Amino acid sequence: MAVTTSGRLPDEVYDIVVIGAGVVGSAIARELGRHPLRIALVEASDDVGDGTSKANTAILHTGFDAVPGSLESRLVREGQRRLAAYAAEAGIPVEPVGALLVAWDEEQLAALPRLVEKAERNGYHEARIIGADELYAREPFLGPGALAGLDVPGESIICPWTTTLAYATQAVRAGADLHLNCPVSGIVAGSPHELRTGRGPLRTHTLINAAGLRADEIDRMLGHADFTVRPRRGQLMVFDKFARDLVRHILLPVPTALGKGVLVAPTVYGNVLLGPTAEELDDRTATGSTAEGLAFLRERGGRVLPALLDEEVTAVYAGLRAATEEDDYQIRCHPEQRYVTVGGIRSTGLTASMAIAAHVVELLADAGQRLGTPRELEPVRMPNIGEAFARPYERAELIAADPEYGRLVCHCERVSRGEIRDALASTIAPSTPEGLRRRTRARGGRCQGFYCGAAVRALFTSGPAGPVPGTTGAAGAEGGEPSLRPEVGP
Amino acid sequence: MSATTNRDGSTVPGPGRRARTVDVLVIGAGPAGLAAAARLAAAGAGAVEVVDREEQAGGVPRHCFHSGFGLRELRRPMSGPAYARHWCDLATGAGAALRTGVSVTGWSGQPGRDGGTAQGRNAGPAGGPVRAEGRGPLVVDTTGPDGLERVTAGAVVLATGARERPRSARLVPGTRPAGVFTTGELQQAVHLHHQRVGLRAVVVGAEPVGYSAVRTLRGAGVEVAAMVTDQPRHQSSWASGLGARLHHRLPLLTGTTVTALLGRGRLSGVALRHADGRTTTVACDTVVFTGDWIPDHELARLGGIALDRGTRGPAVDTAFRTAAAGVFAVGNLLHAVEPAGTAAREGRLVAGPVLRYLADGVWPGGQVPVEVDAPLRWVAPNRIDPRGPRPPLGRFTLRTAGTARRLSALVVTQDGRLLHRERLRRAAVPNRPLYASADWMDRVRPDGGPVVISAG
Repeated sequence: MAVTTSGRLPDEVYDIVVIGAGVVGSAIARELGRHPLRIALVEASDDVGDGTSKANTAILHTGFDAVPGSLESRLVREGQRRLAAYAAEAGIPVEPVGALLVAWDEEQLAALPRLVEKAERNGYHEARIIGADELYAREPFLGPGALAGLDVPGESIICPWTTTLAYATQAVRAGADLHLNCPVSGIVAGSPHELRTGRGPLRTHTLINAAGLRADEIDRMLGHADFTVRPRRGQLMVFDKFARDLVRHILLPVPTALGKGVLVAPTVYGNVLLGPTAEELDDRTATGSTAEGLAFLRERGGRVLPALLDEEVTAVYAGLRAATEEDDYQIRCHPEQRYVTVGGIRSTGLTASMAIAAHVVELLADAGQRLGTPRELEPVRMPNIGEAFARPYERAELIAADPEYGRLVCHCERVSRGEIRDALASTIAPSTPEGLRRRTRARGGRCQGFYCGAAVRALFTSGPAGPVPGTTGAAGAEGGEPSLRPEVGP
Repeated sequence: MSATTNRDGSTVPGPGRRARTVDVLVIGAGPAGLAAAARLAAAGAGAVEVVDREEQAGGVPRHCFHSGFGLRELRRPMSGPAYARHWCDLATGAGAALRTGVSVTGWSGQPGRDGGTAQGRNAGPAGGPVRAEGRGPLVVDTTGPDGLERVTAGAVVLATGARERPRSARLVPGTRPAGVFTTGELQQAVHLHHQRVGLRAVVVGAEPVGYSAVRTLRGAGVEVAAMVTDQPRHQSSWASGLGARLHHRLPLLTGTTVTALLGRGRLSGVALRHADGRTTTVACDTVVFTGDWIPDHELARLGGIALDRGTRGPAVDTAFRTAAAGVFAVGNLLHAVEPAGTAAREGRLVAGPVLRYLADGVWPGGQVPVEVDAPLRWVAPNRIDPRGPRPPLGRFTLRTAGTARRLSALVVTQDGRLLHRERLRRAAVPNRPLYASADWMDRVRPDGGPVVISAG
């Protein structure tokens, strides 16, 4: 029921510790939050969702092109349903724009019927082949030379930042502890397990490994060598909002062995995304972009949507997908160790997250973990940072009640002082301006801070939370301890 | 984008949106917008209102603490903030309403619908001037702490200025650490918010603004490790460049590009490639991307107002008229960037055409585009109404791209017919103003093709 960023960890034995506060670990902590258990979510970084979960293509997949019969196929399909419903309840921005898979040559054209068949085997029945005429009617700015397309109406775009934050917020409010800046460097397996962390020892009865790019290292600390993470870097470019009118669907290429290829897609913030590259790397920290990668993306993007290249680039980023040598998720329960590994969660992890969490809790129950009687979680409602619904700057009643929502600080993204204040006072407050950006979009627009950077930083350092290290209370449903950060939400 | 406009195209404000009417709405309270408001209010244009989304009016000079403002037109050296105050006082003293902290979020309807929305497309249908009443009023939506408004104006003057391209738009690869600035952000951080910036900086770009960044960094106690430009020489004044090198021992690395930013969390250095192909790394915790200006054309584009392909600001004629009836544009939105005094001059000069439009409602049709050939990058103004006035100071402003051969002359043609040729007294350098006389304007055929300015 607390969020800590520094200092020694509590001297207690947790029932369950989840390593990794990415989208998967946070979803697991949230799912466990239903049960009367002492849970800790520990994260090496200073924020939730700060690894692979923050730098992906932000798509809520149908799973139409998964490997039929795989665990990934089942969890993506189920996770898509769960997350779509949860997003509506929690206010996570989602836009059901649909995807069009575009065939540019005869070989790709020939692959389309097989993709329809694959979709059927994955339980997805809406995919259908469309001709070039319909393709161009639906995407008038598509580059010349497209032969046909595959219409996949169920694909959506989603806000990955709000998703992870919503899970973690709900987990913390349900009583879980979130320990940030807490890298795990060693584990002494036993009863209880003792974790060596950057902030001292941490003890737990049961352990769940959702460490993403480090999942194999954690696995080895417990004597398992089932898989090796082979980071696959994806560089992405975000184009200015003026490009949004150029594209109506997620435009996918025909997939290859190396991945789903380079896509062009709208974002829920009203931008256009181009990427990712797919580069096999050894370095698990290589989240930089490269001149070659960006040139490759521009070349691809220019073919799909020629007018895109005339627009300004708002952001460039790179993420590492936690691919392994295996062709499926690596989720394994080791009951004798009271330990579950959740590894190899690749680009579909965002979509599958809630189903992965439910699956992990089932595995724990089957392994004899006493979970207690589950209860309903207190619903969470996240601030809206998407364009599909009214933002605070457009809401007269909100500004009338609190003029701070009418005081815009970040002009490109139209973020008000009120929203920044709320984020700084929220259950899981940001500890860097980048974290603030992921919660509000402040400083995330075309000027990248030319106008607002200094003002946003000033609000950040003077905010109610600020980058002050140490334990901060969180508003818990049970109200066990006084809250240092009252919840002030729209 | 359409969230702020009624989907049926009506101008009835949405729930909770107050309707107001003014005679002239000036958007942007920098030198150009304030000068326009001051002159219009003084000339009796009626209710003149200038809105700015920042809490403080004044535009970019607000955070330029160096001197040198106002020398040409006010005959005395002023700091940026003093210069900003001068124009604020003049505008409010003349009776213009100055409203800060108010953001214009969009148009109700598309004022530029008749002029075409695609960039580079010719402004206006062919033919003579037209009365503009039939096109509907100009209506914008605003957000401020006092709530939402829908403002109807007889005429709108866009003066939204320009910004520097940030690192991402320049496609500089590498990590995404803290410590990456533009000059605009740097100046506000140091001068307005008194924030600590860093210990050692690299400045990218050697335009005059790059030297401003150096001054701000030094004033904040930051060591400047180097100034880097991909050009063969700096593009500031002779004195500024020499002074920086001799007096402050500032290494200027010419023909050098930044190939990557390094460091996690905080910047640890920049990777450079030099003209001879060598690559080096300069350790620093701060990098400032300067210059490389781009007009802030969001409102023009949201209104479907045709942009000029070269400047990327709204296409305008010599009377600052855009392709949308009743919408004028002035300042660095048109030419990113010229000195503040130039922007203020345009603000004063737009008053005449605005008053005339308010009186007769006539808007020109059939303007002739003015285009440039490479290596020239852009020209402003970039439309000619044969009945219109000459541009400010009787000249067009141009920019050239980096080029090996020096330009010696400018040639102006229409449909292959020579209109004008002039020798350049000084070598044309990228990022520095280049001017062409407007003496040829009366030889332009109103029904002819585009006027083309090329390097001779």
